Amino acid sequence: MKQQKFISGNEAVAEGVRLASPHVIAAYPITPQTVVVERLAEMVEDGSLKAEFMHVESEHSALSACMGASALGARTFTATSSQGLLYLVECLHYASGGRFPIVMMNANRSLALPWSIYGDHRDSLSQLDSGWIQIYVEDAQESLDMVLQSFAIAEHPDVLTPVMINLDGFVLTHTYELVEIPDKEAVSGWLPPFKTNYAMDFVHPKNMGFSSQPSDNTEFKYQQHRAVLDSISVIEEVDASFGTAFGRSYGGLVEAYRCTDADLVVVSLGSTTGTCRTVVDDLRTTGWKVGVLKIRFMRPFPVEAVLNAIGHVKGVAVIDRDISFGYEGTVFTNVNSALSRGQHNIVKLNFIAGLGGRDISKSTIRTIFTKLQQGVEGEPVKTVEFIDLTVDTDE
Amino acid sequence: MSNSTRITAKNLTDKEFFYGHKACAGCGGSVAVRLALKVLGERTFTVVPAGCMSAVGFIYPQLCFTNNAIISTFPGTASMLSGVAAAARALGLENYHVLGIAGDGGTADIGIQALSGAIDRREKIIYLCYDNEAYMNTGIQKSALTPYGAKTTTTPAGQNVRGTVTQKKNMFEIVAAHGIDYAATASIGYMQDFLDKIQKASTVEGTSYIHVFAPCPTGWGTPIDSAIELGKEVVDSGLWYLAEYENGTFRLNKNPQEFTSVESYLLRQGRFKHLRKEDIDGIVRSRDAKWERMRSQWKTKTEER
Repeated sequence: MKQQKFISGNEAVAEGVRLASPHVIAAYPITPQTVVVERLAEMVEDGSLKAEFMHVESEHSALSACMGASALGARTFTATSSQGLLYLVECLHYASGGRFPIVMMNANRSLALPWSIYGDHRDSLSQLDSGWIQIYVEDAQESLDMVLQSFAIAEHPDVLTPVMINLDGFVLTHTYELVEIPDKEAVSGWLPPFKTNYAMDFVHPKNMGFSSQPSDNTEFKYQQHRAVLDSISVIEEVDASFGTAFGRSYGGLVEAYRCTDADLVVVSLGSTTGTCRTVVDDLRTTGWKVGVLKIRFMRPFPVEAVLNAIGHVKGVAVIDRDISFGYEGTVFTNVNSALSRGQHNIVKLNFIAGLGGRDISKSTIRTIFTKLQQGVEGEPVKTVEFIDLTVDTDE
Repeated sequence: MSNSTRITAKNLTDKEFFYGHKACAGCGGSVAVRLALKVLGERTFTVVPAGCMSAVGFIYPQLCFTNNAIISTFPGTASMLSGVAAAARALGLENYHVLGIAGDGGTADIGIQALSGAIDRREKIIYLCYDNEAYMNTGIQKSALTPYGAKTTTTPAGQNVRGTVTQKKNMFEIVAAHGIDYAATASIGYMQDFLDKIQKASTVEGTSYIHVFAPCPTGWGTPIDSAIELGKEVVDSGLWYLAEYENGTFRLNKNPQEFTSVESYLLRQGRFKHLRKEDIDGIVRSRDAKWERMRSQWKTKTEER
């Protein structure tokens, strides 16, 4: 029977994993991911989750173990964050190239140096090219639901690609909400056990993880690219089918809020979106035609969905909790590229905000809308601006 | 799965599990892999990291393992093996082996963290280190298991430094210090001893580590028919040893009354040709110190099998 629990984002992920019944969980702790693996350890201990719980010696080993288990057709889960994500980067590319449908949670956290345990998106965005499907969730309920959806997406025969679910460190991993926990039997019916023809077995032994030559490497990479592109329709189908089964769906790859008649739109990832919605509602009462577009999937990048949702507006401001030093924020690069396929008279600005856990307040978002309006009116504005900067610049 | 009959050259299976690969002529490592798989059989999951055996065996579409096999990342042999073992348990498989095959660099340098973790978890795996004493696949660079004095492409023998200046890392005792269920050293020059140890490992409930000395004619500057002979001579001269660790006890399986000439073993190899008398005397002294310690602290009686 479904029930409600007052739990954190990390605990919601653990509940989702319990419901998905993976065979193998590989765990290595890192702040702010730790609660996920602690809860999973407790679930295995109390018997509510029957899985092999591996205490591995590093994040590299965690993902390496998941790949070994996945090679035998096992369902696998691991979780990491920040420095840990970077430590396992070799395995990220290895897992996607090997087409192992692993699901991994990443608690978004800043990267050293300087050290910071607090959140931004520089860890996962640096790995957009790793071949993983990347999801950014906004609240604890979405975290749980997307764990279940992630296994369905990753293990789909047309996809067979690993999925990374990103939760904003602390803001989402450590805040508590009332979360509906779906019924275990309903989940088992909706998410059947993983079956694949591509696992090792004794009747048809397989050689996996092999080398390729220049004559065929491109074809392997093309197939991988096609699989991630093909995941777009799978993501939409899975979201719709999840909605039918559990009463919640998320709109697929993006979620547009009050964008239909908007002139100005902010684009955000993850937990910042809630604050943006509040500001949009406030500004709407004073006559501003504003909206917010939440990008839920950074890979595959939802080009069509972005164009459909905001291709008609006058100004777009992308909030990036990231900076590609010497250029701009990476979300902006992607949104800008998508919008360039549509009409060309949209003013597009990039605001670098929320690095290393700095709060993105309602006032920050109001300032962003104001600057965007100025840009649309033809006033000189910076294309890439570090907002709320407390040091003087000579720009 | 465990065969109670002792496996010898006479009854070793004719089946090949590592076949059609592109290893160099006279490769010692490939002999170790071929024999180990013949002992363990077709129900063996094999994990091989980046290195010689994967480079010569897994070039799509020419894939030469006839059992289930996969290349791991270079540091990830033991962690991927652990994942395979965990999945096999979780999926309820029966009657199988999980074998890792890594070289000296893949074991003693980049892979030692994952190996240590796997032993710590007491994974039911067999980890085979084929030791050809340098990074051969990448072109003969020094590893932690390159012996003192050896010339490699990153430890040139010149006027100022005469090859490798470090000692071979003591992997066997490092592994034993974990309290591993079973560890052994072996050499392809003593084939029956090697077969026995693989067979023994196949019955161990827990982690096994077998460190097999596997000469590399290409990297060592020796004739292509020299690997087996060198694998025997290294043991007879006391520069390598055959031993086991089990239940907290070390045991020397072979305790020569007299050693053969170290100088003769070294100077037949291109990688040691530059050594002077004082270098060789130093190698002999360090050999003698090691044997004195092993003989005084380890059991030396070879049990009948």
